[in-house]
Amino acid sequence: MNRNTIFGGAYALAFFSFLFGPLIIMALTAFNSSRFPRVAPWECFTTNWFGELFGNARLMEGLMNSVIIGLGVVALAVPIGLAGALALSELPSKLRSTLYTVLILPILIPGVVLGISTIVLWGQISRGIGAGFLYNGYFLTIVGQITFVSAYAMLVFIARLQRFDATQTEAALDLGATPGQAFRKILLPFMAPAIGSAAFITLLASFENYNTTVFTVLSESTFTTALASKVRHGTDPSLSALAVIIITLTLIGALTNEAFQRRKEAEAGGRASRSPLYANPITRALTHPGVVFAILVAVIGGITYAGSQYDSSQCEAAILQEKLDRQEALRAEQRARIEAQEAEQGVTVPKPDSAFGGAFGGVGTSAPAAPAPKVENNSAFGGAFGGIAPPQTEE
Amino acid sequence: MPDTIPDRSVLLDHVTIRFGTYTAVDNANLKINSGEFFSFLGPSGCGKTTMLRCISGFSEPTEGRVLIGGKDMAGVGPNKRPTALIFQHLALFPLMTVAENIAFPLEVRGVSKKERRKKADELLEMIALPGIGDKKPGELSGGQKQRVAIARALAVEPDILLLDEPLSALDLKLRQHMRTELRAIQKQVGVTFIYITHDQGEALTMSDRVAVMSRGVIEQVGEPDRIYNRPRSAFVASFVGENNALQGVIKGQSGETAALETPMGTFEARVGGGRKYKAGDEALLFVRPEQLIPGATENAFQATLARQEFEGATNHVFAKAGENELRISMVNAGLAGSLPGQGESLSLGFAPMNGTILPVGHMASET
Repeated sequence: MNRNTIFGGAYALAFFSFLFGPLIIMALTAFNSSRFPRVAPWECFTTNWFGELFGNARLMEGLMNSVIIGLGVVALAVPIGLAGALALSELPSKLRSTLYTVLILPILIPGVVLGISTIVLWGQISRGIGAGFLYNGYFLTIVGQITFVSAYAMLVFIARLQRFDATQTEAALDLGATPGQAFRKILLPFMAPAIGSAAFITLLASFENYNTTVFTVLSESTFTTALASKVRHGTDPSLSALAVIIITLTLIGALTNEAFQRRKEAEAGGRASRSPLYANPITRALTHPGVVFAILVAVIGGITYAGSQYDSSQCEAAILQEKLDRQEALRAEQRARIEAQEAEQGVTVPKPDSAFGGAFGGVGTSAPAAPAPKVENNSAFGGAFGGIAPPQTEE
Repeated sequence: MPDTIPDRSVLLDHVTIRFGTYTAVDNANLKINSGEFFSFLGPSGCGKTTMLRCISGFSEPTEGRVLIGGKDMAGVGPNKRPTALIFQHLALFPLMTVAENIAFPLEVRGVSKKERRKKADELLEMIALPGIGDKKPGELSGGQKQRVAIARALAVEPDILLLDEPLSALDLKLRQHMRTELRAIQKQVGVTFIYITHDQGEALTMSDRVAVMSRGVIEQVGEPDRIYNRPRSAFVASFVGENNALQGVIKGQSGETAALETPMGTFEARVGGGRKYKAGDEALLFVRPEQLIPGATENAFQATLARQEFEGATNHVFAKAGENELRISMVNAGLAGSLPGQGESLSLGFAPMNGTILPVGHMASET
C-alpha cells in the first residue's frame, strides 16, 4: 500500500463517517433504554421507544395532518408545476425569462415571509367575502406551501421537457390526434417519470417544511411543527425511533427502485449486457423488483414483530437498581466528606441540620452505613449527574 | 380503394408566408398533380420546409390559399387534413412499440385494438418488415426506422404524403436503396408524394417533377431532365449539378441562340428561358463540365490543365483559361485511353445547344 491509497482510504472513511455517522448514532440511540438519546453508556437494548413514539398523541395527530396536507399539496403543486413548465416551453424567449423569474421567486423568498403573507392575505379574503371556513390551518398550509413547492415541481418538469422532441407532438397531430390526445398519449407518458419524482419531491418538501407551516397551520400542528415543539421541551429517544423508521422506509424504497432500474436496463439492453442472474429462473424471479420489495417488507415485518415481543423491563429494572445503588454510594461518600470537613473545622461552623456532626470524621473514604436517603423514583438522571448532585439537605 | 379515383392534387394559389418582416415563401403559385412524386429542391433556408409545414397545416399562409383535393384548407388543422408528414428525424414515438407506432393514427380514431394490430401487421408486411411489431423503435436500424415511419404515415391513408428530408440521416448506400424503395411504395399506393430535399440526386432520381427554390421563390418547376438541361435562372443552373459560368456581354441574338463576348472569346449558345436580349446586355453563359469536349471544333478555345481529381468512373479536370478555372468531367477510358498531363494545353469546345445564356442573378454559392 502506498501513501496515496492510505490517504485516499482515510479520506473516504472520514467522508462517509461525516455523511452517515449521525444517522448511525441516532439509529443506535433508538434501542438504548437511556432516557436521554445516547449510545454510551449502553444500558439496555429496548424497543420501547417505538411504542412511546406511537403513543404520542400530539405527534400522531401531526403526522395525520402532515399526510393530509402533503397529499393536498402534491395534488395541486404537480399540475401547477407541469402547467408552468409547459407554458415556459411554449413562450417566446423574452417572455420566458420574465415568467421564469416570477415563478422561481417564491423559492428565493424566506419561508417566514410566505407564511405570514399567506395568513394576512387569506385572513383579509375570508373576512372580505365572509368565508370564514377558508381560514383554517389545512387550507392555509396547503396554499402557503404550494406557492413555493410548485416551483420545485416546475424545475423537475423543465429538466425533463428539455429532452422532449417537440416534433413528437406535431407528428401525433399530423397523424390525426386532437391536441388533447397528443398530450395524453405522447407528452404525459414521456413526462411520467418526472411526474413521479415531482410528486415525491413535493411530498417531502411539504412534509418537512417548518418555517412557512408554523404560521399557516394556525392552531393545528403538523408532524414537523409538533416535532419541533417536542424538541423544545427536551428530546428523548422516541425521535431516534422515528429516524429509524424513516431510514428503513427510505432504504426499502431505494432498494426496490434500484432493482427496478437494473431490470429495466437489462431488458432494454441486449442479451449480452445481462448478468448471469437472468439466465436462471430462480435468481431471475428473485431479482424482480416486486419480489425484492416483498422480501424486504417481510424481513422488516419479522424484525418489527420480534422487536415488539421483546421485553426489556427486567434489564431496565436491574439498571435502575444499579443506578440507585450507585447514587446512594455517592451520596454517602459526599456526606462523609462534608462531615470530615466539619470535624476538621471543629465547632466554629456548626451544621445545624447534620445530627452526625463530626462523629464519622476521618473515615470519609469508607462507605458508611448511613440511613438510606429519600430516593425519588423518577430521577433517571441520577446516575448521570450523580457527580454534581447538590448538597443533601434531608433529615 | 373507392370506385372513383380521389382528387389528390395540391394547389398553391399565390401563397406568401411571412414571419414578421422576413418573407419565407414569396408568392408560390403551383399545382401538384394527383398521384405525382413532386420534390421541392433547394439549399437550407430557401423556404421549402416552411412550404411543407404550410401544406400539412402547421402554419397558415400569410397571403393566398392552399387547396388540397380542390378544397380550401384555411383554418383546417393538421389533424384534419388528408396529409401525413414524415419528419426529418422521423419522430417515432420511443415509448411505444413499432406496432403501436404504426397503429397510432387508428388508435386516436377509436379503432379497436384487434383491428389496429391487424392493420399494423399488414403495413409491416408491405414495408417488408414482418414480425418486428413488438420491438421498440430504439432497437431498429436507421433504414428500418425509416420504413416504419412510412408505414405509420400510410396508416392514416392520406391523400398526400409529405416527406421532410427523411433520408438525410442515412448513409450513402442505404440512402440510394431507400430512394428506389420510396419510389416503389409511391407507385404501389398511388398517393401524391411531396418530397423536400437539398440533395439534388434524390430530387432528380425519384421525382416526376421538381420545383427548385431559392430565397423563398420558386425559381423553376419541371421534369428532372428539363431542370438539368434547360435551367431558367442562374441559380438553377448553378445549384442543380455542376456548371461552369462565364460572364460576358451580348453581341447579338438571332432566335434561339445568341452570341456572348467573354474574356475567353465569343461564344454561340442557346438562350435560356426564351428571353430576349439586346446587344450590350450583361449575361452569363453556363456550360456543363461533361459537355466541354476536348478537341471539339464549335466554340473552341484554349486552356491549360491546372489539376485533376480522380473519382473512379469520372476524372474531374480543372483547366485554366485566362482568369477562369473551368471544370471538365472526363469519362475514365481505362488503360486504353490517355489523359493529358499537368500544365499541358487543351483545346476545348462545346455545342451551341449545350451552352445556356441566362441573365445575371444570384448563384448557388451565394445563398
